[in-house]
Amino acid sequence: MSEPLFDVENLYVSFPDPNHKTLFGQMPMVEVLHGIRLKIEEGTVVGLVGESGSGKSTLGRALVRLLDPVSGSIRFAGTDITYLDENALRPLRRDLQVIFQDPLSALNPRLTIGTIIGRPLQLHGLANGRREALKLTQEALEHVGLPTAFVARYPHELSGGQRQRVGIARAIATRPRFVLADEIVSGLDVSSQAQILTLLADLKKDLGLTIVFISHDLSVVRRLCDQVVVLRHGEILENRPTGPLFEHPEHPYTAELKAAIPLPEVDGDWLNS
Amino acid sequence: MSPDKATARSYLDIDDLSIVLKHQPTHRLLRSVGLHVMPGEVRGLVGESGAGKSMIGKTIFDILPRAVEIVEGSVRLGDDELLKLPQSARRKVIARTSALIPQDPLTALNPVRRIEPQITDRLTRILGVSKSDARERARALLDEVHIRDPESVLRNYPHQLSGGMRQRVLIAAAFAAEPKLIVADEPTTALDVTVQKQILKLIAEMQARHGTALLFVTHDLGVVAKICQNVSVLYGGKIVEDTEVKSLFARPTHAYTQALIAATPRYDRPDESLVPVPAAVIEATQHEIAAADDAWLGARQAGGRR
Repeated sequence: MSEPLFDVENLYVSFPDPNHKTLFGQMPMVEVLHGIRLKIEEGTVVGLVGESGSGKSTLGRALVRLLDPVSGSIRFAGTDITYLDENALRPLRRDLQVIFQDPLSALNPRLTIGTIIGRPLQLHGLANGRREALKLTQEALEHVGLPTAFVARYPHELSGGQRQRVGIARAIATRPRFVLADEIVSGLDVSSQAQILTLLADLKKDLGLTIVFISHDLSVVRRLCDQVVVLRHGEILENRPTGPLFEHPEHPYTAELKAAIPLPEVDGDWLNS
Repeated sequence: MSPDKATARSYLDIDDLSIVLKHQPTHRLLRSVGLHVMPGEVRGLVGESGAGKSMIGKTIFDILPRAVEIVEGSVRLGDDELLKLPQSARRKVIARTSALIPQDPLTALNPVRRIEPQITDRLTRILGVSKSDARERARALLDEVHIRDPESVLRNYPHQLSGGMRQRVLIAAAFAAEPKLIVADEPTTALDVTVQKQILKLIAEMQARHGTALLFVTHDLGVVAKICQNVSVLYGGKIVEDTEVKSLFARPTHAYTQALIAATPRYDRPDESLVPVPAAVIEATQHEIAAADDAWLGARQAGGRR
């Protein structure tokens, strides 16, 4: 059996806790993830769901090493990346891409779309010179269904849905093996949301991407993900293929989350159930 | 139900409301909007971002930005025609009869004041209730919104409460002065689903007990299905559908409404394809709007000449 793309063992992450700091001395730490174990197979879309404070974003950020774990291990494609420093991570960064929730704050307002997508390609040595970077940038834009002329535009000139496409184009331009998508449709109208979800499903198929999709919206997760991880208070309660998890939730909390979603159909008893 | 009959009984009556940009008076932001909410009714106001949902809310509370102007229409609360009153009288009517449950419970509460005055202000200032009576009433209200330890919560500052608790406090504050109309502006968008369900239940319970007219502004068709009896669908500043919630889901008449429903993912129908609102539907709806605009402009110019 081949090795999973991600193999997380006994992962602990803590943050400084500003609510309990004293005037002098070190800030006390609060533990956010308690011994996470998780395997992610290449080419799958894994949903991380849970309520605010459950640790879903923290786990996502730990996977792409946007933060430093306290203990445990994260193996990515056979390499232990748990404690690598930024220099050692740099060559891996092209394979560990992130799409953020709010594309307006994730895209530098002073750079054109061409620079936003193209410059990382040059930095990673994936494009020799500006011309090649431009060509790859245009390909990435086409891939996400945007006109290539957008290379000359600035983020504020685009709509919310278009900006999120740029965020996706930037993430896939380096041809990564893994993309973290953190609540990327929660700020969008349903129509843009439907477009972005369709796009992600296509990208997964075309590029064989492995995606971790963080969302609080179970209806969206059901649509897109092969596997769902339910988190609460920094622990994994349930981790199963999407269909069975939705049809027969094993953990009562999963059932509660599911029952709390208001489906667009009239049901007089729902509020009191 | 005929519109006349609805008007006869409703508490909030918005008719033919058109709002334009001051520096571009032919461009309408709200297009002859009609909206009616009866006492005891929960009406949903649904639309995507930019549809004009908050513009309607701002009109009701007389807090429109300076750059826009009401050029036509009427806004009636009970027997008071707001647009015919001078501003001070208008604001008095609004304060006495209406309240808002806002979207973001953290920014809506003053961070440097305790909870108590933020509930009792309305009672002492608007209704002239004595301080001790107001305090008593505030405690009863927190009880009513199922806050377990009202005494200590009254002494708390907003940051000491969770998001769900803050929203409960704001609901208590909204119902404090027994308003006739409450506008709930996306009150659960910032909350987790399980908390959202509790808050929806609470709003429905309070609304039913007090017999308030409730306008529920949201982008979430699921929420509309669970809490509203009637619904108005807004697109581009125009009400494209106005119907009972039951028929909205059973037989949506406008193509845009149908498309909106089709674009909403459901966990119970994973195999149903998710269709974004088709370009053709957007185009047709925009044509419809342009035609209405032409007719409106024509009528106004003819009226102006007369």
